[in-house]
Amino acid sequence: MYNDFPLWPERASTFAGPVDTLFIALIIVTGTVSVLIWLLIIYFAIKYRRRPDNELAQEYEPPKALEVGWIVVPTLIFLGIFVWGSWLYFHEQRVPANALDVYATGRQWMWKFQHAGGQREINALHVPLNRPVRITMASEDVIHSLWFPAFRVKMDVLPSRYRTMWFQATKTGSYHIFCAEYCGTLHSGMIGWVQVMQPTEYQRWLAGGPEGSLASQGQTLFQKYACNTCHTNDATGRGPVLVGLYGKEVMLNDGRTVVADDNYIRESILNPQAKIVRGFGPIMPTFQGQVSEDDLLKLLAYVRSLGAQRPSVPVVESPQSKQTSSGSPLAPGAGVPPQTQPGQPASTKPRGTTSTTSTQ
Amino acid sequence: MTSQTIDDVQFIEPIPKRNYLNVEYGVFSWLLTKDHKRIGILYLISVTLLFFVGGIFAFLLRLELLTPEGDLFTSDTYNKLFTLHGIVMIFFFLIPAIPSALGNFILPIMLGAKDLAFPRINLLSWYLYVIGALFGIYVIVTGGVDTGWTFYTPFSTQYSNTHVFATTLGAFITGFSSILTGLNFIVTTHRMRAPGLTWFRLPLFVWSIYATSIVQLLATPVLAITLALLMFERVLGVGIFDPGLGGDPVLYQHLFWFYSHPAVYIMVLPAMAVVSEVVAAFTRKRIFGYSFVAFSSLAIAFLSFLVWAHHLFVAGISVYSAMVFSFLSMLVAVPSAIKVFNWTATMYKASVSWQTPMLYILGFIGLFTIGGVTGLFLAALGIDVHVTDSYFVVAHFHYIMVGGTVMAYMAGIHYWWPKITGRMYPEWWARLGALLVFVGFNLTFFPQFIVGYVGMPRRYHAYAPEFQVLNVLSTAGATVLAVGYLLPMVYLLWSLGWGRKAGANPWGAVGLEWVTSSPPPKDNFHETPVVTWDAYDYPAFLKAMKETQHV
Repeated sequence: MYNDFPLWPERASTFAGPVDTLFIALIIVTGTVSVLIWLLIIYFAIKYRRRPDNELAQEYEPPKALEVGWIVVPTLIFLGIFVWGSWLYFHEQRVPANALDVYATGRQWMWKFQHAGGQREINALHVPLNRPVRITMASEDVIHSLWFPAFRVKMDVLPSRYRTMWFQATKTGSYHIFCAEYCGTLHSGMIGWVQVMQPTEYQRWLAGGPEGSLASQGQTLFQKYACNTCHTNDATGRGPVLVGLYGKEVMLNDGRTVVADDNYIRESILNPQAKIVRGFGPIMPTFQGQVSEDDLLKLLAYVRSLGAQRPSVPVVESPQSKQTSSGSPLAPGAGVPPQTQPGQPASTKPRGTTSTTSTQ
Repeated sequence: MTSQTIDDVQFIEPIPKRNYLNVEYGVFSWLLTKDHKRIGILYLISVTLLFFVGGIFAFLLRLELLTPEGDLFTSDTYNKLFTLHGIVMIFFFLIPAIPSALGNFILPIMLGAKDLAFPRINLLSWYLYVIGALFGIYVIVTGGVDTGWTFYTPFSTQYSNTHVFATTLGAFITGFSSILTGLNFIVTTHRMRAPGLTWFRLPLFVWSIYATSIVQLLATPVLAITLALLMFERVLGVGIFDPGLGGDPVLYQHLFWFYSHPAVYIMVLPAMAVVSEVVAAFTRKRIFGYSFVAFSSLAIAFLSFLVWAHHLFVAGISVYSAMVFSFLSMLVAVPSAIKVFNWTATMYKASVSWQTPMLYILGFIGLFTIGGVTGLFLAALGIDVHVTDSYFVVAHFHYIMVGGTVMAYMAGIHYWWPKITGRMYPEWWARLGALLVFVGFNLTFFPQFIVGYVGMPRRYHAYAPEFQVLNVLSTAGATVLAVGYLLPMVYLLWSLGWGRKAGANPWGAVGLEWVTSSPPPKDNFHETPVVTWDAYDYPAFLKAMKETQHV
């Protein structure tokens, strides 16, 4: 926990050490140069202060080599800083494959977090120690920015698309969550706490969750919005098959190929006409303004869960186009997925309750 | 050379009965003037008024932040205060302050010209500024605006229910004032230099203001377009930035910073212009590496257009474009470093005077160095992810804007005060003021580096209690700073009536503005000066002056 008067932030993630190291290195390098400049200025100002015998400056030109020196040396130092800073950033952007998924929604003026197991929290986030956590996030209204100072990570949360950030907590405790992008009246109230727990405690906390997994909640929505009438997950459907789709390349009817990532799924729900899969008609209605950001994340979790499955039918661009994988023959009605992903806590309670799990 | 010769320089021209101040009287002789010196004074008065308006907002912000709870104002009021502080200070003070007030007055005299190339356009630019500023005042009086000075979408277009339209319209109009001033300076520098005043004899002030003018001319139209698009979207619902209408809110940030990062250099390059003049005058020495300092201004102007996305490292740009912009941001720091080293080297074996303008400039070099190196921290991607949008950024840009630009502005006011008014300011009080500003500034803003790294986000009305100690220090510093800024108001106004009369060249400085009388005649020079000396070349200048006298 924080002291009363900290001069340094808590170090509670794998990024904190490397970021602090670079920060301290920069303080040493730039501090040395700055102090040197100040001392020189003060020294010159005193030594060469104006006196009666000194009314005009002496005729002296320092050697030109100095000029070259203080162009080349700072440039090299700056480039060194660039390389070091970029190297850190590059790592911060690469999410480990085994990361735990958390979904976040920012709205004026609260943070909502949903776990893969279906647990929901507001202005609080529980994460296990020593496990990478990947947060997929979007905003319901204006731009927000999710900042964990103790983890040294921050990312803007946009209303237009999904973004992902990750961290791996290294120290149990509770740490600030701040909104760092000005978002209106209660911007400074858009704060919360992230609770880093021992894995066993974390499992116990997860077990307290009353709802089905996020993917299964997504499946319920999938039926509620009647998505399943077209996306029947067999070749009879009027919409593309979603099983095995996530993360794969999709051929569009204008000849382009795109990767079916988070933002593609999002766009295909909100603005289906933007990218039409080859062989399908522009028949899907838009769901812009009809599905809340929370529910969109549930649908995303569902489509992600379908992606992990072996397709029961080949993932093809259309019934007409050539088949790209050696899938099983068309089997009507074979596309209904199981309700939970492996590795998730089994949901024991009935779905459909919407109570919030906020433990703090 | 002896001291005798420098004193001689002061008396080369008798003080004429008629100068630009007393050649005609009456309100309209000012409001309809085409004299660049009078327009400079109009600017001086208006930017000073708005500086104090912005300063009052700043002081109220610091008062609120004395305690962690949001107890002095409501959140909405606080949000309006920091928004108005930013808008007033940036659009109505920092951008016009040095070029439009001091530059307007001094630049044509430095060039040996009678006036700017387009005197009517010069007056028009002041009126555009005033109209823009009146929109700002209207917004302040009728309830304010709460978007932050950056007007980020979709907050500004769809969510804010304050006076976004009037504010952006005000900034839009003021932008044209900036464009016209830039245009005027560029043409004047090209076409109206005195005989013998070649490009490489120009004072570095002119080089730096010239570089500023290029940025003003090329970048400000982009702001105009951006704000126009914002107004279209807000009023007419045209979908450019609104994702619900197929727009992209991050596009707004790209467009906005494509102007607003170069705008940082519109604020800083003129400050560097003043520094070069004051350092040369108060060391009585040619600036070391003249051509490097001159070209570094142009390099800054050029590179300033290529770094805008470093404001977007966490806002949604790709990893590789972030790296490109980080790299370019490192490069833009090089020419600034060159200048700092050259100014420092100029002081070696010099004749350093400790008069007030020099004290401000010594402060400038110290503070600008901190502001500059913390810019490197922010340009380093891994660190920026943590500190962007925190108080670290607030501290960084105040070291540049206040520690840099305002310090240089104060130096410039004191340096050219005898030329503008014909009177000396009281040296002792002025030194005290410079000291108060330096101490107050550091006490205000240095703690903000720490509180930012520890984790305090900017634009927070209420904050976590563990940040309080540093915030109390900051507010205490702001109090000292306020006294430091009010003091010159008092003694400079006093000096108008009671200050010692200034000669033509009270500092013993080299430059055409020190050849003419203080205050200068309406047409600046009685006869067109012929320049036979390089910039800051004391021996050649003194020789030329002696010859003039013997004629």
